[in-house]
Amino acid sequence: MRFADERLIPIWGKVQHQQRLTRDDGLLLFETSDVLGLGRMADHVKSGREGDRVYFVLNRYISPTNVCVLSCSFCGFARKKGEAGAFEYTVEDIIGMVSDEVREVHIVGGHHPDWPFEYYERMIAGLHAARPAVQIKAFTAAEIDYFWRRWKVEPREALTRLKAAGLQTMPGGGAEIFSSRLAKQLRYAGKADGDRWCEIHGIAHSLGIRTNATMLYGHVETAAERVDHLLRLRAQQDASGGFLTFIALPYQVGATSLVPRSAPPAENLKTIAAARLLLDNFPHVEAYWVLLGEETASIALHFGADDVNGTLEDERVQHMAGAQTPAGLARAQLLRIIRDAGKIPVERDALYNVLRVWEREGVAA
Amino acid sequence: MIEPIREKVLAGKRLDRAEGRWLLTDAPLLAVGAVAAETRYARHPEKVVTFVIDSNPNYTNVCITDCQFCAFYRKPGDPEAYTLTVDEVLAKIEFAASRGATTVLLQGGHNPALPLDYYTTLVRETRRRFPQVTPHFFTASEIRTVAEVSHLTVGEVLDRLHDAGQRTLPGGGAEVLSTRVRRRIEPKKGGPETWLDVHRQAHRRGFKSTATMMYGHVEETEDLLDHLDAIRELQDLFGGFTAFVPWSFKPNNTLLEKWIKHAKGPNMYLRMLAVSRLYLDNFPHIQASWFSEGKRTGQIALHFGADDWGGTLLEENVHKAAAFVNTIGVDEIVTLIREAGFTPAQRTTEYEILKRY
Repeated sequence: MRFADERLIPIWGKVQHQQRLTRDDGLLLFETSDVLGLGRMADHVKSGREGDRVYFVLNRYISPTNVCVLSCSFCGFARKKGEAGAFEYTVEDIIGMVSDEVREVHIVGGHHPDWPFEYYERMIAGLHAARPAVQIKAFTAAEIDYFWRRWKVEPREALTRLKAAGLQTMPGGGAEIFSSRLAKQLRYAGKADGDRWCEIHGIAHSLGIRTNATMLYGHVETAAERVDHLLRLRAQQDASGGFLTFIALPYQVGATSLVPRSAPPAENLKTIAAARLLLDNFPHVEAYWVLLGEETASIALHFGADDVNGTLEDERVQHMAGAQTPAGLARAQLLRIIRDAGKIPVERDALYNVLRVWEREGVAA
Repeated sequence: MIEPIREKVLAGKRLDRAEGRWLLTDAPLLAVGAVAAETRYARHPEKVVTFVIDSNPNYTNVCITDCQFCAFYRKPGDPEAYTLTVDEVLAKIEFAASRGATTVLLQGGHNPALPLDYYTTLVRETRRRFPQVTPHFFTASEIRTVAEVSHLTVGEVLDRLHDAGQRTLPGGGAEVLSTRVRRRIEPKKGGPETWLDVHRQAHRRGFKSTATMMYGHVEETEDLLDHLDAIRELQDLFGGFTAFVPWSFKPNNTLLEKWIKHAKGPNMYLRMLAVSRLYLDNFPHIQASWFSEGKRTGQIALHFGADDWGGTLLEENVHKAAAFVNTIGVDEIVTLIREAGFTPAQRTTEYEILKRY
């Protein structure tokens, strides 16, 4: 393979021989302007693992509350109790949001000042009893850490009890960027730091709970901070092995504006490709289309991503009229994103069990 | 494998149809893109991406050609049919000029009620009143319509327009230059030769023009290759094409919508751009259409061999009729090109650089 940036050639040698990349390699991946060279290496890795398969899941995102004791600078979602726009859902509300068509529900919310741990336990148990076929992916490590800070429920106990109630997997949020500099600057120091976040994921893995990992980028972080974050995740995966998917979350300029503009698409593609190359022990790397946009997500399937997530909460899907169910419409849209890239859509569940391979238009193989 | 193709292209040798077919169908997308980018830098070594301040007004939506992909036209007598007077069109050009436009791409339906004088007056008055604006007027099929209604040859119409001051022609109306495709989606517009002949005669007279392609409907790979072969062959004769501009068909509100529900997505677009950079070895510029494919895809396209960003399109009605709306200003163009890692430069209709940012 030829590279516009010849500094990538030694990295390509390592990638071909499945050798681990170093921190310096990682820095170069973010520094190079050879976007396609980077993408081709990541595509080589992705194709070696998964061939042309690209996964999606019919899922639903639910936030039980946006009331939060924290004030992270990048967050446009959180409200204080009693503030306009604050919401707090009951267990019945939450059950009502989940249809039987959904395979996975993703539950993440604010750090509520008053809700006892038992409420979260009841939420999972109630949802699990009402929708036994739906897999529950719930609570970031930051929330699990908050149960300790607020109610002195140890993570191991919290996760054991939540698992008994029906929790199956944990989402990867709350990681932000593992950096004490940024935690101070962006006021998320009140949240689980990198060590604690990883510790909690390690505990989850030891209990047989598979989890995801994320990185919030495209704000004021440096390339070195991105690389260190990814290497920290890689080290944790070496130690506990339970991560399923890495999801790069591009910071969205909107309600907050830490920078004038969101990361451009080539930067998003580079980040996905770099993650695929550095996280050699992660089974999957996702192109989360809700944040990337459908076009970039589809293109990202050539840059190392093997998953597009899912989600039925998207307005464009929800508001489309017609005889098809929301799940049917969402699926059609996800199939288009995947097929446009010339890939084979594979419908999965939360644990990456294959439910159906969509080889051709409307035909299951 | 991509390597023999890379060597061939960089040695200045022409790709054949079999190679084009492989690039359009089976070649790994990023490998094609990387060679296209390398080829682009061999031709334009500077990391400069050009754009034009332009507007695309229309003088009439009356059309007798009933193309199945078109959401813009109305039949003569339709309550929504309109035809602007010369003064009304000039007011639109004045608006564009006041916003800094150097190009006005004026096109319309095939309206048999308009005489030759209408067209030549538009050109002459634009040149007289707005010398900074290049009248980039009338696609091939409009020229042909003018010839028919005025009982002149295409060559004679081009001569009259040239006398009035016109020097460039827009490349619309090519769709896919394949007999089979055109018979299916635009049977009244004629085969590929009707489009090619107008451009051939224009180039012979010293006009410059662009070549477009609208793909993503009923065409197959062979049709796309027919198209690329046809414009490459014509370009060998006079070198009159400045740029190739492909875009994907937008089905909303068209007759084809019944069969084709969705536009082709970004991956085919990137491939089309990259392949055209490699296959059209005699085309100086390949344009990334932020307008039809979205700004994000437009930015990514700059890494796949494109060297031009198109224009501001201060006014646009044809895509709008297909419920597809996208707008941009010069500041945003400059930001987007820079963000993608390139130096923005404003150009003229004929790709002369006016200003670097």
